[in-house]
Amino acid sequence: MRAFIASVLLLLAVPALADSDLPPAYWSDRQLPDPKQEAQAKALMEQLRCLVCQGQSIADSDAELAGDMRHMVRSRIAAGERPAAVRRWLVERYGNWVSYDPPLEPATWPLWLAPLALLGLGAWLARGRLRRRSA
Amino acid sequence: MTRRWRFVPLALLVAFVGFVAWRLANPADTVIRSQLEGRPVPAFALPPALPGRAGLSSSDLATGKPRLVNIFASWCVPCIAEAPVLGGLKDRGVAIDGIAIRDRREDVAAFLARNGDPYDRIGSDMQSSVQMALGSSGVPESFVVDGRGIIRYQHVGPIMPEDAPTIIAELEKAR
Repeated sequence: MRAFIASVLLLLAVPALADSDLPPAYWSDRQLPDPKQEAQAKALMEQLRCLVCQGQSIADSDAELAGDMRHMVRSRIAAGERPAAVRRWLVERYGNWVSYDPPLEPATWPLWLAPLALLGLGAWLARGRLRRRSA
Repeated sequence: MTRRWRFVPLALLVAFVGFVAWRLANPADTVIRSQLEGRPVPAFALPPALPGRAGLSSSDLATGKPRLVNIFASWCVPCIAEAPVLGGLKDRGVAIDGIAIRDRREDVAAFLARNGDPYDRIGSDMQSSVQMALGSSGVPESFVVDGRGIIRYQHVGPIMPEDAPTIIAELEKAR
């Protein structure tokens, strides 16, 4: 019975807030009036990592910091900044990690070369198979 | 396929599952550090978070003496745990400035009344813009800035009592 009461109380408990309850920044959930700019902003936001819920893009995330990042991206693009410049600004501060489009550099060579290597391995295996079958 | 090669796929699978199990048990470090250590504080100017108090701008951080910039918020629970440690640092003569993230005046005032106010200046960052400019990804975080306005050290998360010596040492180094 005590366990039951405890679980009912847990259901009623208010989760500790890890967010302010201030309204979101202006451009965080609002599209830019210029569809071309909005498309640029959208494409960029889908390639930027949310710093709070790491694994989501800022386009997908409900975290407040992600909202503020969307506001920042849209404001800068509306002001005429190139998406690549906005990405560079963030990478300068948070490292390549913040971008879902990793550059080709020694640390990421395996990432880019592994698919080619696996494809090569697959072709080699398939070749052996096919040759044996036709023989 | 020869006998010798027969178990290679199984070995690969076992190795893969082993790696995944190991990573589940030892998750990768998910702390995102600012890349700005060793570089100047980006230019910014924040309005005061409290009426009658000074706001914070980047020029306030190049005063010839090292300062601690603390990013906090009234809605941030670990910031409450950190507050007494900041108070202790202030008592030891550390100059501390605050940046309040997404916060209302009355909430900041209530937070400081309850947890102590170690800040010389408090800027209000309503859209996390200065937080992003500093490469900070959450609250609380703290930066040691030297007398020329160069970021020398970043502390991610609350400064707990055991972290205070490190902060003091970094402030000494930045002198």
